Amino acid sequence: MKGNEALAEAAIQAGCRHFFGYPITPQTELAAYMSKRMPKIGGTYLQAESEIAAINMVLGAASAGMRAMTSSSSPGISLKTEGISYIAGSDLPALIINVQRGGPGLGGIQPSQADYWQATKATGHGDFQLLVFAPSTVQEMVDLVADAFDLADQYRMPAMILADGMLGQMMEPVEIRSSSDRKPIEKPWATNGHQGKRKHNVVNSLYLKAPDLEALVRERFQRYEEIKKTQQRAEEYLVEDADYVVVAYGASARVSRSAVNAAREKGIKAGLIRPITLWPFPQDAIKRATQHVKGFLTVEMSMGQMVDDVRLAVNGVKPVEFYGRTGGVIPTPAEVLGAIENLMGGAK
Amino acid sequence: MAVVFDKPHALTDVPFHYCPGCTHGIVHRLVAEVMDELGVEGKAVGVAPVGCAVMNYDYFSCDMVEAPHGRAPAVATGLKRACPDNVIFTYQGDGDLAAIGTAETVHAATRGENITVIFINNAIYGMTGGQMAPTSLPGQVTQTTPYGRDVNMAGYPIRICEMLSTLDGVALAQRVTVDCVKNVVIAKKAIKKAFENQIAKKGFSIVEVLSTCPTNWGMTPVEALDWLRENMIPYYPLGVYKDSEKGARLKHE
Amino acid sequence: MPRIIVKEEICKGCGLCANSCPRKIIALSKDKINSKGYHPAQLIDPEKCTGCASCAMMCPDVAIIVER
Repeated sequence: MKGNEALAEAAIQAGCRHFFGYPITPQTELAAYMSKRMPKIGGTYLQAESEIAAINMVLGAASAGMRAMTSSSSPGISLKTEGISYIAGSDLPALIINVQRGGPGLGGIQPSQADYWQATKATGHGDFQLLVFAPSTVQEMVDLVADAFDLADQYRMPAMILADGMLGQMMEPVEIRSSSDRKPIEKPWATNGHQGKRKHNVVNSLYLKAPDLEALVRERFQRYEEIKKTQQRAEEYLVEDADYVVVAYGASARVSRSAVNAAREKGIKAGLIRPITLWPFPQDAIKRATQHVKGFLTVEMSMGQMVDDVRLAVNGVKPVEFYGRTGGVIPTPAEVLGAIENLMGGAK
Repeated sequence: MAVVFDKPHALTDVPFHYCPGCTHGIVHRLVAEVMDELGVEGKAVGVAPVGCAVMNYDYFSCDMVEAPHGRAPAVATGLKRACPDNVIFTYQGDGDLAAIGTAETVHAATRGENITVIFINNAIYGMTGGQMAPTSLPGQVTQTTPYGRDVNMAGYPIRICEMLSTLDGVALAQRVTVDCVKNVVIAKKAIKKAFENQIAKKGFSIVEVLSTCPTNWGMTPVEALDWLRENMIPYYPLGVYKDSEKGARLKHE
Repeated sequence: MPRIIVKEEICKGCGLCANSCPRKIIALSKDKINSKGYHPAQLIDPEKCTGCASCAMMCPDVAIIVER
């Protein structure tokens, strides 16, 4: 299946029946797939008038307690950030998919990872976080969509799949687990009509009394702390005996894995830590590696964004170098291997 | 002796925060009375705007969602698509509906989204202290048009009902006001029809209510009603602009 | 006898009820002040009240109960 279509089918299997989107390359196949499937299964596919409207339709459907999602690519995600902030501020679960392309501005339509900061640090105004998942295969995109919906419901917060144009367009075989093995979470807060049986529910992000707002944000951050403790995910590949560890996610992790294999063939003890959750950032895996490696190399399809989090995790104990291509250019394994060799020259 | 008039059930006991004489309160009551009469409070979900009416989620007894500025029709769309059997309404001011949320308004209308929209047009931004609204009248003095709205600089006001009446998805577009008892009765009938249309799955219904903002207009509540009659009604004529039952676009009442 | 009851704590003294009363028998109290600092409306000539509810229809604070 094509990555974008696999994301869509996985969402349907995870119980999502409400998709609101707006056309943008390179995520178009996802919306097109939804437009084909949703009417057949009694769901909603709605092409909104803008990304802003689409995310607010998600807010509405999520308020009613339904699994709802939208998908877009970088410039479109910028437009959604207002709604994402409101969704977070209203403690609503929802799924946002970003099939990243080059930026800033209209940028380009080739794969990119330049929205890491946006996804993990500033997806809108205010104190909040998103759950951010970074798949690197089509199968993983499928699996993470289901997990993202589940964790969003569990923690009452929005989740994002941060993919890129390469993964979205890629064809790989997939197995989609059926929705039947998941138990839906109760949503007593949903605004779906009180039917005279309970007090009215209010979904809201406005708190005019400063201490009230502070208390609410603090409660949210307690949830974030729990998530940081329990939900960090990373794949560790040949890390155990590694002298040099590459840290890369998504498409650049695929390239980096090839580079690590090539390095091993040359006798260089290289390994790969591939963050699967970008928030919470898998700093524990990186901290563990600092104990035995000589240096880290972060590889991204950007000018270096995740490298900040790697440096925070390493905390100055070992050198952290960066190699990246941006604007839609994908680094080659040879380039990454060269960067590993440079790191060896620099790291003592 | 019997109580013949009291607070409707669909209003909570929370007192309104509005300024003295602000007609928001009258319209809130009418919406709540209509919910009571149609027996839909239990399946109604209202969408609050950003503006003076932002806290109406505390005032209506039905479930409520507070939307980002201007996005209420999109939020209502999501709610209605998720719960087609619920009764979904938005309650929005002129800045929310006719400036920042124009796209959401027009597209919900043209989709024939089966929702009810209550639109409060008081020709000013009340919550932020009286700036020019998209519906401020030519020559109207506001905080940001201190010399009067100059149409050469600031353009002309938007007539929402007239504009939306051209769209096929609209079932009802009616402009009313609440300046006197007679017009309050007409306004309530219009609001009731806008809810009944939704229950009958007729599509998008909007009731525009010409309203006052005594505080930011710098008048007493009674003077504000006079100003509304003398200045707003001539620019925004009352009447039914579209009623899909009676045929496309009707003349003013 | 028809009458109105003004919820004095909720009344903001805007005067729209007095303005709409066809018999002009409602006025803002000159001596009472509620906890928010408003002079609440009151019936000044209870004998003449017909319970028509014009005042209640125009009250923006739903502060008037009408009995008939």
